[in-house]
Amino acid sequence: MDNRLELKNVSKSFGEVQALENINFQLGRNEIVGLLGDNGAGKSTLIKIITGYHQPTAGALLFNGKKVDQFSVSKARQLGVETVYQERALAELQTLWRNVFLGREISNRWGMLDIAKMRDETRRLMSESMGFTSMAVSPDSRVGTFSGGEKQGVAIVRALFFDAEIIILDEPTMGLSLKETAKLVKFVRDIKRAGKSAIFIDHNIVHVYDVADRIVVIDRGRIAGEFITKEITLDHLMEKMIHVAETGTFD
Amino acid sequence: MSSQVDHVARAKGQTDLLSRLKKFARKNASQLGILGVFFGLWFIFIVSAPDTFLKGQIYYAFMSTVPFFAIMAIPLTMVVIAGEIDLSFPSIMAMGMVAFLLTYQATAFIGNIAAQVFLSFIAALLSGALIGWLNGLIIVKFGIPSLVATIGTQFFWRGAVLVLSQGKSGTLSYVKDSFLYPLLVGKIGGQFPVQMIWLIVIAVLGWVLLNRHKFGAHIYLIGDNRNSAELMGIKTGRVRIQAFMLIGLVAALAGVIASFHVVYFWPSLGDAQLLRTLASVFLGGTSVFGGTGTILGTFLGAFIIGAIEAATVAVGLTGFWTQLIYGLIVVLSVIMHTYLRKRVE
Repeated sequence: MDNRLELKNVSKSFGEVQALENINFQLGRNEIVGLLGDNGAGKSTLIKIITGYHQPTAGALLFNGKKVDQFSVSKARQLGVETVYQERALAELQTLWRNVFLGREISNRWGMLDIAKMRDETRRLMSESMGFTSMAVSPDSRVGTFSGGEKQGVAIVRALFFDAEIIILDEPTMGLSLKETAKLVKFVRDIKRAGKSAIFIDHNIVHVYDVADRIVVIDRGRIAGEFITKEITLDHLMEKMIHVAETGTFD
Repeated sequence: MSSQVDHVARAKGQTDLLSRLKKFARKNASQLGILGVFFGLWFIFIVSAPDTFLKGQIYYAFMSTVPFFAIMAIPLTMVVIAGEIDLSFPSIMAMGMVAFLLTYQATAFIGNIAAQVFLSFIAALLSGALIGWLNGLIIVKFGIPSLVATIGTQFFWRGAVLVLSQGKSGTLSYVKDSFLYPLLVGKIGGQFPVQMIWLIVIAVLGWVLLNRHKFGAHIYLIGDNRNSAELMGIKTGRVRIQAFMLIGLVAALAGVIASFHVVYFWPSLGDAQLLRTLASVFLGGTSVFGGTGTILGTFLGAFIIGAIEAATVAVGLTGFWTQLIYGLIVVLSVIMHTYLRKRVE
């Protein structure tokens, strides 16, 4: 009952391609769910439904137990869903502050920007962001000049700024150095400590196993199985994953 | 001892100033580049034809003719920053005037020229915005690249102009009796062309919209990375359609101003402005790949384009040289902008 987010019988098709079929998925309060699955299994589609980018063909989304209609990206953000996309969703020719406030610029009722405020907030965020980015970065520097880790930092800081309740991390370790990955894993644990929930997607099973409370495995658009991380060893999980990839089922 | 401290402090102040200047130069490399080209060419013009370029006359002439295309280059800059292009605005200029003429005829029953001209003017602007909206709709809803879509609509609306006007030109002598005439193409103090004020107003509004308003922020983000903009909840289709409406609206205004200026309508109105307007935008440093560009750059670019023609002749070359010099300056400037952008990145 105490779910922050619940998907009931959600299906999604693109024309004739059935991307997701009858997905039932829950995310509890203060829980980190790891999402595993092969390329093209439907992980990204599932994420884009939760972020309001795609509309489900069938089924319902419930936030804090309440059904949400006419779901959209802006509605998802109002409900506290923040996403760190695989592709990071940054505009590289633009300045840091423009990226932090991408799509929800601080403005007055006539749409005039409050640039000074956005720059100040960006500066504050960067210095507070738990060492994920270097403090030397100015709000006016172009994001394209940053390293992979710094870019990921921007995407994460952006997600944090807006008081997220649910943070979705889609392949967040891609392109990161070992050191940066370690920081990221620590960051995900901090999310939990701060009482928030997260969905963590990574092709690296070890990372997922490391941080997730529960692991959901998707295969060919369906949920193939779920595990409580404490109740399964990493080796056993790996065996299961290989079995799923070969047969499409855990049995 | 204390003088040494002073010395060190002053040196530190200087390096601070120097590094801030460097930072400023890096940030505004493209705009400084085009400013350099602008003043460099101006200097060359003055030195080689002082009789022409040290007198006010030629500048009044520029301010009279450059606004015809420069006002369109302002919204075109936004369209290009958003990663799109519009090639149909010359036809929109003429189509706006057709809407003007049709409305003028249809409102003959009013019997008041000022009121008729005013209504016709409004009709011209509305038709421009409407055609821009249709352009945007075709591009966004059918996912057609704007280059292709506006090549199509540019033919279509030019065709519509020819069909509706039966290919006929005609005098507009009656507009001289309307209050709009001095407001659009009058001369302040008998010399300063009012259309220059329109250009300045549109450039300032364009700058505010692009740099201080959400609309402009979204234009830059869409041109930079449309996928990211969409993921972050920006309604990229709507913003792009608005940009096409804006250039449609301003193209119609430019059509009215150009026609009023010569008190004449002709069906190929606007054709000559296509390349000048595009060249102003690219000369000004706006990237054809989207995501970067400035209003100041376009503004200066338009005056460079506008001055070359007069300057070529004033300097003593024949008119045959004009296009060659156009081409040379456009190509060199675009190479300069690309080089400056690479250095920043």
